[in-house]
Amino acid sequence: MSAVLRLENITKRFGSLVANDSVSLSLARGEVLALLGENGAGKTTLMNILFGHYVADEGHVEVEGEALPPGAPHAAIAAGIGMVHQHFTLADNLTVLDNVVLGTESLWRPWQSRAAARSRLDAMSSEYGLTVDPDARVGDLSVGERQRVEILKALYRDARILIMDEPTAVLTPQETEGLFDTLRRLVERGLSIIFISHKLNEILAICDRVMVLRRGKIVHEMPTEGADRHILAEAMVGHAVTRPKADPMAPGDAVLSIRDVSLRSATGGVGLNAVNLQVRAHEVLGIAGVSGNGQVQLAELISGLSRPDEGSLTLFGETLTHPTPAKVVKLGVGRIPEDRHAEGVIGEMSIWENMISEDLRASPISRHGLIDHSAAKARTEAQIERFDVRCPGPDAETRLLSGGNMQKLILARALSREPGLVLANQPARGLDEGAIAYVHGQLLAARERGAGVLLITEDLEELLALSDRVAVIYHGRVSATMDAKTVSPRELGLMMAGHNPQTGPQGPDNAGAAA
Amino acid sequence: MRLELRESPPIWLAGMAPILAVGAALVLCAGLIAWTGESVLEAYALLVKGAVGSRFALAETLTRATPLILTGLAAAVAFRAKLWNIGGEGQLYMGALAATWLGTGALDLPAFLLIPVLLIAGALAGGAVLVVPALIKNKLRVDEVVTTLLLNFIILLFVNYLLEGPLKDPMSLGWPQAAPIIDEGLLPKILEKSRLHLGLIIALLAALAIWLVMRFTVWGFEIKAVGLNARGAAFSGINVNGTIIRTALISGGLAGIAGVGEVIGLKGYLTLDLSPGFGYTGIAVAMLAQLHPIGVVVSAFFLAGIYVGADSMGRAVNIPTYLADVLVASSVLCVLVSVMLVRFRIRRG
Amino acid sequence: MDILEILLTTGFWAATLRIATPLIFGTLGELICERAGVLNLGIEGIMTMGAMAGWMWVYQGGDLWGGVAFAAFIGMMFGLLHSGFTVYLGLSQHVTGIGITLLASSLSYFVFRMLLPDATTPPKIEPFQPYAIPLLSDLPVIGPSVFTQTPMTYLALICVAVIWYGLNRTPVGLAVRMAGENPLAVEAQGIDVLAVRTGAVMVGSALMSVGGAFLTMSAFDAFYFGMVNGRGWICVALVIFASWRPGKALLGALLFAGIDALQVRVQQVSGGAAIPYQFFLMAPYVLSILAMVVMARRAAYPKALLAPFRRGDRA
Repeated sequence: MSAVLRLENITKRFGSLVANDSVSLSLARGEVLALLGENGAGKTTLMNILFGHYVADEGHVEVEGEALPPGAPHAAIAAGIGMVHQHFTLADNLTVLDNVVLGTESLWRPWQSRAAARSRLDAMSSEYGLTVDPDARVGDLSVGERQRVEILKALYRDARILIMDEPTAVLTPQETEGLFDTLRRLVERGLSIIFISHKLNEILAICDRVMVLRRGKIVHEMPTEGADRHILAEAMVGHAVTRPKADPMAPGDAVLSIRDVSLRSATGGVGLNAVNLQVRAHEVLGIAGVSGNGQVQLAELISGLSRPDEGSLTLFGETLTHPTPAKVVKLGVGRIPEDRHAEGVIGEMSIWENMISEDLRASPISRHGLIDHSAAKARTEAQIERFDVRCPGPDAETRLLSGGNMQKLILARALSREPGLVLANQPARGLDEGAIAYVHGQLLAARERGAGVLLITEDLEELLALSDRVAVIYHGRVSATMDAKTVSPRELGLMMAGHNPQTGPQGPDNAGAAA
Repeated sequence: MRLELRESPPIWLAGMAPILAVGAALVLCAGLIAWTGESVLEAYALLVKGAVGSRFALAETLTRATPLILTGLAAAVAFRAKLWNIGGEGQLYMGALAATWLGTGALDLPAFLLIPVLLIAGALAGGAVLVVPALIKNKLRVDEVVTTLLLNFIILLFVNYLLEGPLKDPMSLGWPQAAPIIDEGLLPKILEKSRLHLGLIIALLAALAIWLVMRFTVWGFEIKAVGLNARGAAFSGINVNGTIIRTALISGGLAGIAGVGEVIGLKGYLTLDLSPGFGYTGIAVAMLAQLHPIGVVVSAFFLAGIYVGADSMGRAVNIPTYLADVLVASSVLCVLVSVMLVRFRIRRG
Repeated sequence: MDILEILLTTGFWAATLRIATPLIFGTLGELICERAGVLNLGIEGIMTMGAMAGWMWVYQGGDLWGGVAFAAFIGMMFGLLHSGFTVYLGLSQHVTGIGITLLASSLSYFVFRMLLPDATTPPKIEPFQPYAIPLLSDLPVIGPSVFTQTPMTYLALICVAVIWYGLNRTPVGLAVRMAGENPLAVEAQGIDVLAVRTGAVMVGSALMSVGGAFLTMSAFDAFYFGMVNGRGWICVALVIFASWRPGKALLGALLFAGIDALQVRVQQVSGGAAIPYQFFLMAPYVLSILAMVVMARRAAYPKALLAPFRRGDRA
């Protein structure tokens, strides 16, 4: 088999961090190669070097025997490389066609050939079974449809090598199967695929060969046929890590009740529509859903950042008409936000400042409007110790922390006051296996202590491992809760795509899931 | 080429940044001086001499620095919260207006009462005009840069109207100026045979107060947090809109006090040319100081020196005094770059 | 006299178009920058610079169109400076813009004084003269108003159409719009985001500068200190009012200029007795603020406006 792509001795450093350490790999025509690794192992960095987003410090890339100039996405595209980014690179306010044709014509041509482009796109959509409306605004598409646009973008540029970066993270199980069908069809037509993931079962389902990346190095390589899951798992993490499991417990009184809450989204997207849910002490209620279905609004409501247009929000028996973050925290809610950098911390402030930011106006941190620096730092040092935050000290800038340590800081802030309700929104996103186990352990410890936990996640594995009960959020509506022990991922997947298990398909974009 | 955040920028480099920037600006402006045909070194020597070369020059520079410290603080506090207050000029005139309204006989109080009343009234007036754009920003997300800028023009026209109409001093022989401040309202001079007045002490105390507020108080914490990451600040329970309004009051108030100081300390009455753009220069002062309140004092003195020095240089040699403005503007741009280079390192790829 | 009567005079419409011309240039220029994701608050200074540069070119013996081209070139250079700071170094667009305005206006005054040290009254040039378009200028009312303008006004109107077409119907326009919505999408398609943004800022700044040049080469015949007088800031407000669309920008500029032309006439008629003239002069600034407040709820900002794009930033 001749290699269509060869990476040789790629090394990339970010400051003191070595993201890729002399990585070599080759890809054969028609092959699906899995790049397996934890978050932070350097998979995305490697692919960004291949696609020209980054320039490697050492090493080089060859496509079909020709050297690829570094740092030039246009050269990579011309060489037949297409990349489906984990975070879609689409402009929401423009149409599908606009997004696809950008860059395909000479920038200096005084007109666009829209008609020709449209017919070519239509032909491709039907050939590969990737149906999308070329004139739809991307912002109006479902996540699955957007991914199809991303794949079409690459195919439209005649990609021969397709890089898929964590493509299933945002999909329902059924959509994932649809994606795999598409990928198989592409391979039949001679494309080669690099499939980046940290999910073992998906890799075993679709890939021919797997390479394991750990801390920037290739540590293992084997064909997937007859591959041993345990060997792969251990190669990925480096040592055996077991995620904690929830022991059965009897639930207590309701700590959070949401009754018939509707609210309009501030940004004009999906809001909440007559949502009812209850979280009791000693239990984890998991909310599954494809992103963009109202999770943000639900989390904002409970975080005190928005107020219901209709219905009521009751915390520990107290109904809040004008919730604010400060009130919610004071009542005993510990909050772990979805986006650590944007919401969780203020990166350019010090660790101690972030650690006390929820207690800013409370004694002993401040008196008469004056901050007691020594009390604040003393508390921070205690928390750093207790939650094992690896950092130079309380005065260090928070942005310098690794993802896992930043999450520990947020956990420390949220959990150390022993809250009665924990809101955990995508708490393990982007973390490595060790940090995930730590976060899960802390959430379960809070449950044990008597807290109710509301877990919002897109990761069904995480959801089912931690939750006592689960519900699905779709288009701003939250389904009835189900017992986590009896519900299957397949059922959840259908509901995440808008199918109601009792009444069959519903909602505007169920067609998307079926395709 | 790529910029990479330094993990720990060297401290000495951070301190050097503004000095390097000013050096670069001096070199750039040397080109302009060379173009005029004058000797660069001689021109700069004249400038320095004009700024600090004599007791008189030094007193003039300090007099000029007084309002700049206050407008510089106004910009620094607001910019910390990413409240882009470019309306210092208008706020300054509102402060001056308040002092004129109350200080020309409307209030009959002894000096130790009247002066604080005038200062407070000026601060309130300055703060009030900034609260409007701040509210519009909070409620409607309208960019405050443009609203505060436009308010400058509106306020100046309003002052113009008052000086030609209701507030015009009948004894002014037709000049558009207001009646003089009564003696009890005037700030005492603090240096014999100079124009230097108590306003300088007030400005220095204000700088000290702002430094203390920013460093040790909950308010200061909130202002910094809102400026660095408003979403994160809101999440942790800080009232972002409230903080913006409070910042607006402090910032506008400082600029208002600058206006009061010019009226009751320097001129004695309100005219339309009370400020040669102190509000705008305050932005440059704050940027050069990297928004640090104590740095503001140093950079206000420095920029005042450039203006005073350039005036005297312009009289001696054939170089337009606008050189001072060019020098200030290029210093601001250079300091942006140098701060950038301290925080990031340039890497290929 | 009735307002209606004023609205029917050709003088009013001619004045409206004349007042609108620099606003059209400035608003289009700002619009292009913002569409690419860069707020350009250097506009006030760049307009001042354009006013000085174009005028000076002609005063030094160059011809009028050469002056326009020179102003455009100088504007481009300041656009390049602005994008060097905001696009390549990713510095605050707010602060850089203010800095550029300070620099460009002080440099204009410096150069003007430098080249004309002794001028006590501003010297004059022979500016553009109105050109009556054959046939069209014979139409009643709009003939002597709309079709008897200086060439720069026609140029402004042509620019509206060209920029509308360029943004909406050409590949490069798509790249500019995409750069303002999601620069990563542009980069992922193999196009240099930084170059697209820089190009947009340079073209936009050239237009601003030409807008300034109109003041000294067409509306008036001399360069005065402070003559731009906030027009740049008004343009920034007009872009919001126009929802970032060239056609609406034209409409906004005309509406604005119309009200301005009207206030001057009402003021003349009322003889200054009832309302002091300063309040009339405030009208454009108050109107700009009102326009932004009214449009605020509907304003759909380019999503990546103000956000620097750094290649290879770790997502």
